[in-house]
Amino acid sequence: MKHLWLTAYNDIIESLRARWFMVYSLVFGGIVVILFAFGLSESRIMGFTGLSRLLVTYIQLSMAILPIFVLITTVRSVAGDREAGVFEYMLSLPVSLAAWFWGRFFGRFFVVFLPVLLAMVGAVIWGLIIGSKIPWGLFVYYSALLMSLAWCFLGIGMLISTLARSSDVAQGAAFITWLVLLLFLDLILLGVMIRENLPPETAVGIALINPLQVFRTATMMLFDPQLVLLGPTAYIILDNFSQAGYIAYAIAYPILFGTVCAALGYAIFRQSDLP
Amino acid sequence: MIHFSHVVKRFRRNEVLKGIDLDIVRGQRVALIGSNGAGKTTLIRCLLGEYKCEGEVTIDNQNPRAFRQQVLSKVGFVPQLPPPLRMPVGQLVRFAASLCGADPQRMVRVAQQLGFDAQQFSRQPFVKLSGGQKQKLLIAIALGRDSELLVMDEPAANLDPEARHILFRLLAEKQETSAMLISSHRLDEVASLVNRVVEMDQGKIVLDDKVADLVEISSQLQCRVRMLQHEEAFARALSEWGFQPEGDNRIWNGRVAGPDRLRFLGMLSRYAALLSAIEMNESAQPDTETENVA
Repeated sequence: MKHLWLTAYNDIIESLRARWFMVYSLVFGGIVVILFAFGLSESRIMGFTGLSRLLVTYIQLSMAILPIFVLITTVRSVAGDREAGVFEYMLSLPVSLAAWFWGRFFGRFFVVFLPVLLAMVGAVIWGLIIGSKIPWGLFVYYSALLMSLAWCFLGIGMLISTLARSSDVAQGAAFITWLVLLLFLDLILLGVMIRENLPPETAVGIALINPLQVFRTATMMLFDPQLVLLGPTAYIILDNFSQAGYIAYAIAYPILFGTVCAALGYAIFRQSDLP
Repeated sequence: MIHFSHVVKRFRRNEVLKGIDLDIVRGQRVALIGSNGAGKTTLIRCLLGEYKCEGEVTIDNQNPRAFRQQVLSKVGFVPQLPPPLRMPVGQLVRFAASLCGADPQRMVRVAQQLGFDAQQFSRQPFVKLSGGQKQKLLIAIALGRDSELLVMDEPAANLDPEARHILFRLLAEKQETSAMLISSHRLDEVASLVNRVVEMDQGKIVLDDKVADLVEISSQLQCRVRMLQHEEAFARALSEWGFQPEGDNRIWNGRVAGPDRLRFLGMLSRYAALLSAIEMNESAQPDTETENVA
């Protein structure tokens, strides 16, 4: 266990000094600054105003940026480390493969989630300073959703890094994975498939296994509890899950999905050539 | 101590190791030589349990893949190319020491002996160090702990003559209790360090020979070089070996580590036309009794 935390700490130290982390932090911090700068907290949409309005927009933007950022930075750095000889040296030290793999996973999770969370905390602090009402429930719920999403895509990233032997291939695979998940959102391919008479159960099934769609539906649920925007699909979701049940599912499922992907990645990692 | 039996390694259809059989016992210092693509690095990675392979690889009867921690806790490894780690020097030393159950101060002391002040560079990212500094730190991490097998890929390539001599002395301290596997492209780089040579070519061992073990790893040669006339390039080459001029800059004095004598003579051969005299006296303890060898 000590080796696992040592490896996690090591990965955090390495990542904090990496250029990708600086860009990543600037993007998420920048979004909040821009949203404040453009006076988004003063506007109103569907009854949301103030900090709630800002958080709703922030999470929508995060859904577009976070998965691809987590995927690309994870596969780039993990596969890149392998190519550059970091694995060859570090794995010549007496560290167990489990401690190494999961240590890197936990360390990486900390660094990918930290800027996202800090940006939200920054928004809350700024809201307190300017005297806005703080929507604590929304803040906790969105934090949990973002954590779940980051965990999920980190797991997928670790699996891709294990399967791909070069960072070029890993980046290509990561991009395609993200694109496929994006295409199967209700706004794009799923909508077209329903129009082409795809059985509703299949459409809902696809929506429920796509972590991006699960996240999107869960974020919609807060400002549209009856999921009117989703159309008839909403009845199936609400009848089978209820609102609270779906929220729990939206947090638990991506975590489970990410964990399964990472576990699969670990199983392949320990069976294959390491560097 | 090390046992390779019918080791085969394939990358898809490309067979890189073709049935390697090799045994190395404690006290043996083996030069693993061969051209690029001969299979040296692959063999080392199989030995470290980093590659899966057919056949049997064991260190003290344990498979390095199945008993990673037990096996690797006995192995000190110095790679040819230092990894581009961004972590600070102090963090790397603490991390390695903690994994190996060693005292980080011992590693720092070895680095100090090699001429690298790890404490001064404690906050400096490892990747920002010079090639020689990186090499010294990796050697310090490998030697600053209790290891029974040293696996080194061109360990002295980036070191200055003084650091090379100290490395040879540190290796001499371990030669009775450890086995050493030193990989290199060229035999003359490592010839004086080893007592056995294994040459690989296209995934096979093509030569396995004993080397006359006459040169003490820790010995030094007191040298005096006289030039026919002063020549700037020659003087610069001698300065790089730590030599000092005397009188009209035609006579140069200095010390050469025993295992480095071939490299030193190789350097002198480039300026053979300028040489009027060479004197090399071996002394096990520097500045004490001398024995004329050349």
